Amino acid sequence: MANSEKHVKEPLVHLTRRMNVSASFAWMIRIGAFILSILVCCLISSLLSDKVSFGFFFKYLFGGTFGSSMLIMNLLRDLAIYLLLALAVTPCFKMRYWNIGGEGQAMMGAFGCSLVVAYASGKLPVWGTILLSFAAAVVLAVFWAVVPALFKAKWNTNETLLTLMFNYIAICLGAYLIKKVAPMGTGILNFQDGTLASLGVGDFWIIVVTVTVLTVLMFIYQKYSKHGYEIAVVGEAPNTARYIGINNKKVIVRTLLLCGILSGIAGFLLVSVKDASFLSDSTSQSTVAGRGFTAILISWLAHFHPLAMALTSFLVVFITRGANQIGNMARLGNSYAGMMVGIFFFFIIATEFFINFKLNFRPRAEKAAPAGAGPKPAGEQEGTV
Amino acid sequence: MGNNLAIEMVNITKAFGTKVVANKHVNMDLREGEILAVLGENGSGKTTLMNMIAGIYTPDSGKIIVRGEEVVIKSPIDAFRYHIGMIHQHFKLVDLFTAADNILLGERMPDDYGHGPKFFRWLRFNHLSRNRVKDLQKTVDRYGFGLDLSRKIYDMSVSEKQTVEIIKVLYRGADILILDEPTAVLTPQEIDKLFAVLRKMRNEGKSIIIITHKLNEVMAISDRVCVLRKGEHIATVETAKTTEKELTDMMVGQKIDLNINRTGPVQPLPRLMVRDMSVVNKEGRTVVDHVSFDVCGGEILGIAGISGNGQKELLEGIAGLQPKAGGDVIFRNPKRDKPVTFYHKDLKKIRAMAAEGFFHYPDGECVDLRGKKDKEVIRLVNGEQLLFYEDEIIDLKDKTPREIQELGIKLSFVPEDRLNMGLVGNMSIVDNMMLRSYRKSRSVFVNRKRPKQLADDIIRDLEVVTPSDMVPVRRLSGGNVQKVLVGREISSSPKVLMAAYPVRGLDINSSYTIYNLLNIQKRKNVAVVYVGEDLDVLLALCDRILVLCGGRVSGIVDARHITKEELGLMMTKVPDIVPSYTYEGLQKEAEDNG
Repeated sequence: MANSEKHVKEPLVHLTRRMNVSASFAWMIRIGAFILSILVCCLISSLLSDKVSFGFFFKYLFGGTFGSSMLIMNLLRDLAIYLLLALAVTPCFKMRYWNIGGEGQAMMGAFGCSLVVAYASGKLPVWGTILLSFAAAVVLAVFWAVVPALFKAKWNTNETLLTLMFNYIAICLGAYLIKKVAPMGTGILNFQDGTLASLGVGDFWIIVVTVTVLTVLMFIYQKYSKHGYEIAVVGEAPNTARYIGINNKKVIVRTLLLCGILSGIAGFLLVSVKDASFLSDSTSQSTVAGRGFTAILISWLAHFHPLAMALTSFLVVFITRGANQIGNMARLGNSYAGMMVGIFFFFIIATEFFINFKLNFRPRAEKAAPAGAGPKPAGEQEGTV
Repeated sequence: MGNNLAIEMVNITKAFGTKVVANKHVNMDLREGEILAVLGENGSGKTTLMNMIAGIYTPDSGKIIVRGEEVVIKSPIDAFRYHIGMIHQHFKLVDLFTAADNILLGERMPDDYGHGPKFFRWLRFNHLSRNRVKDLQKTVDRYGFGLDLSRKIYDMSVSEKQTVEIIKVLYRGADILILDEPTAVLTPQEIDKLFAVLRKMRNEGKSIIIITHKLNEVMAISDRVCVLRKGEHIATVETAKTTEKELTDMMVGQKIDLNINRTGPVQPLPRLMVRDMSVVNKEGRTVVDHVSFDVCGGEILGIAGISGNGQKELLEGIAGLQPKAGGDVIFRNPKRDKPVTFYHKDLKKIRAMAAEGFFHYPDGECVDLRGKKDKEVIRLVNGEQLLFYEDEIIDLKDKTPREIQELGIKLSFVPEDRLNMGLVGNMSIVDNMMLRSYRKSRSVFVNRKRPKQLADDIIRDLEVVTPSDMVPVRRLSGGNVQKVLVGREISSSPKVLMAAYPVRGLDINSSYTIYNLLNIQKRKNVAVVYVGEDLDVLLALCDRILVLCGGRVSGIVDARHITKEELGLMMTKVPDIVPSYTYEGLQKEAEDNG
C-alpha cells in the first residue's frame, strides 16, 4: 500500500456535498465567518492608517452603532428601511422572477410622494396631502413593478434587464421633477409642509412599527397563504404549475403588484417620514441611495425568510454605520465604508459554500497538509479550492 | 478477446453524507476488448461506480487500476488521459453548435497543425471545426455511424445526439467507453443500430461498459455481466453461461413473480370518447393525426408505439394541455343515480339542468325546481337529494386544464420530466400533496393537516423510502418519487387515469407496485390509459392496446389475443385495414370473466 501511494497523486482537497446540514452547524459556520470577517476588516484598516489600532477599530465599530440610545434608534430605523425593501423583492425571488428593480420601484414611490407634496401642499389640508401622497407613492411604485411583469407574462421578456433599466429611468424622472419644482435649487427638494415629518410625529416609531407589522404579515403570507404556496410552485417548477392549472402569468403579475405596494410604502416612508426631502441625482445620491440593491443581497442571504432578513439587514446596517464611524474618525475617506462592507459580504457569501460542501483533505502524507475543517479555515481555503 | 485487464476496481467505497453508502467494497474488472454490462436496480450504485472511473467522483477508499497501473482520477480530463470516456444519460452538448463543433470543443491543438502560411497556422484558423469536418468524418465512417457532422445539434434526434457523444469520446482517443443507460431514450431500431456499433468497436479492441437494468439488452450485447445490489457487488458472470432468470435473482435478491395479475374488465362502458382528434406541435408538424378511440371504465387501455409517435401529445391534448387542431373529446361522467353537487356547477346551471329534466328525487319523482327558493335548492343539493337520471355527457372542448382535472380526468407522470410535471422538487412530500387540493377550501390560507395525513398514508401504503414526510421530493430516488406522484393522483379518486411511461427508469419491484396500483384503479371502474414501451408489460397488463404510428392509429387490438410480433409490425407501419377491437368485445370478455 505504502509503496504504491508514492507515485499516485491524490488531489489535495476534494469536495463533497453535505446532505443533511444541521441548523446549529450552519450557524456555527456563519458566526465563525462573521467574526473572521470583522478581524480581516480590522487587519486591513490597521494597515491603511496608523491611527487605527485594534482597540480603536472595535471602539468605533460598536460605538458607531450602539454608542447612544439615539444611535440605536437610528440603527433600528435604518434596519427597518432595508428590511422593508428586502421584503418587497423577496416574493419575486421566490418565484424566480429576478426583480432587481427594487431600487427603482422605491424611487418611484418616493417620486410619487414628492410629486404630491410639492404640488398639493398648501392647497390641500395636511392630512389630505399625506394620504394623497401615500396613494401616489403606492400607485407609481406598483406601476413600475407591474409593467415589466406584464411584459414578462405577455412576451416572456427578460425581467432582469428591464427592471434594471427601469431603475435608471426612475432616477431620471426624479431629477426632472426636482428641476421642474426648483430650477434654481440645490438639487434637493426639502419639504416644510405636507409630510408626516412636518407634523412632528417621531419617524422612529412609525417606521419601526410599520415594518414590524409588514414583516410578520409577509412571513405569514409566504408560509401559510395560498398565494405564497403558488409563488413557490411557480418558482420551483413552472411546468408543474401549468400542469396543475395555476395561471403562471396571473401569479407573476399579482406578486409584482404586492412587491410594488411594499416598495411604494418604502418610498413614502423615506420621503414623508424619514427625510422630508427628495433627492435624485444618481443611484448612490438619491433618496433610496442604493438600498434597493443591497436589499437583494439581504433577501438572498436570508434564504428569502422574512424573519432571517431582519438579522441580515441588521448586520448590513451595523457594518455600514460602524465602518462609517471608523472612516470618519480616522479620516480614511468616503470609500472606506464601502470597502469594509464588501469584505464583510465576501465572507458571508462564502459561508454558503462551506455550509453546503465539505472539504476532504488528502490523508496526511509527506507534505503537511492543513488538516481539519471548521469555521476557522474559511479564509485561507479560498485559494486552494 | 484479450484477457488483459483494462480497468480493475478494488474494494471501492463511496458514501454521500453519513447515511447513503452508494458503493460498499465493490470489486469490478473490465477486460480489454469486451463489453461488460453493469446490471442493477435503481439506486444500486451503478452510476456512482462508473462516475468514479470517469473522474466525476473520487472514491472514499479503494483502488482504481488502469492497465496495471494504480491511478487517481480527479477529473474527466484525467479520465481522458487514461483513455476513458463516459457517455452520460443526459447529453452534454451545445444545442446551437454543429456536431463537429461539439466534438472539437475544448480540444487543445498541436501548434503545427494544419496547412497554409505560418501566420494562418499561428492564428489557428485551422482549428475551426468547419475546416476539419473531413478529418472527423473519417472516424465517423470507420464505425459506420452514418451521421452528417455539419448538422446542428438542435436538429438531431435523441439517438443522433447520443452518436455525437460517442464520436466525441472516440475522437479524443478513448478506448474504454462507459455508457450510462444508453438505451433508455432509444427506439428498438435505434438500439439495434447502437448495439451493432458497440460490437464493431469491441472487435476493434475497445473495452466497453454499459450500464443498464434491462435484462434482454444484457443478454443481447454483453460478454460478461457485473451485478450490483444495494451498493454491493454480487457477482460477475459470463453472459453465455447465465440466464435472465438467474440474473434477475441476483439483481433483486429474491425471487419475484414475473406474472402481472390481470383481472377481467369491470363493467366496461365508454368513459372517454376521442373523435378525430389532431394536434399540431409548435414546429407545425401534425403529431396526432385524426385519432379516434374510446376508453372504458374498468379497463386498462394500453397505448403502444415507438416513443415520439404522438403518445405524449395525445394525452396532453385530452388533458387540455395541448391546443387541439381539431376533433372532440367527450367525457361521460358516471353520474347515473348519483347526486349533483356544487363542485363544478353553480345554482343557475343546476336550475337550468333541472328545467330540462336531468334530475330525479331518490324516490324516483322528476325534479321541478320552479317556484323553489334558492335556499331550498341549496339544501336539496347539499342533502344529495337531486340525482341524475343518466350519465352526464360533457364536451371537453372549451374546458380549461383545471376544469378537466376537476372532472376527474387525471394525467399523471410523464417521467421524461417527473420532477417538472406534477411535482415540485424542492418541496416536501406534504406540500406536494397539496398541489391538487389546496384550492378546494375557501380560506386564503393553506391547510396542511389533510395533505400531511395523505402523505403519511402514501408513505405507509406504497412503502415510500424516506426519512420523513418533510423531505424535499428531489432527494428521493426515482421509484419513490413515482410512488408519491401516483399515490397523489389516485388519492383524488379519478374517473380517468392516464399514465405515460409510469415505470420508465424504475426497478422491478417498484414497477410491480405501479402495475398493481393501476389494476386496483381498474377494479374500481376507473378508465385507465397506460402508455408503455415494454411490449411484454403491455400485453400482460392491458385489456386492449391502441397502437400509434406517426401520430395515427394503426389499430386497436385485444391484448389477450395478439402477439408481440403483430404489435411490433403495427408500430412501424399503419396497416391497410386498421383493426378495431371495440368495447363490445370487452363487455363479452367481462361477462366471460364475471
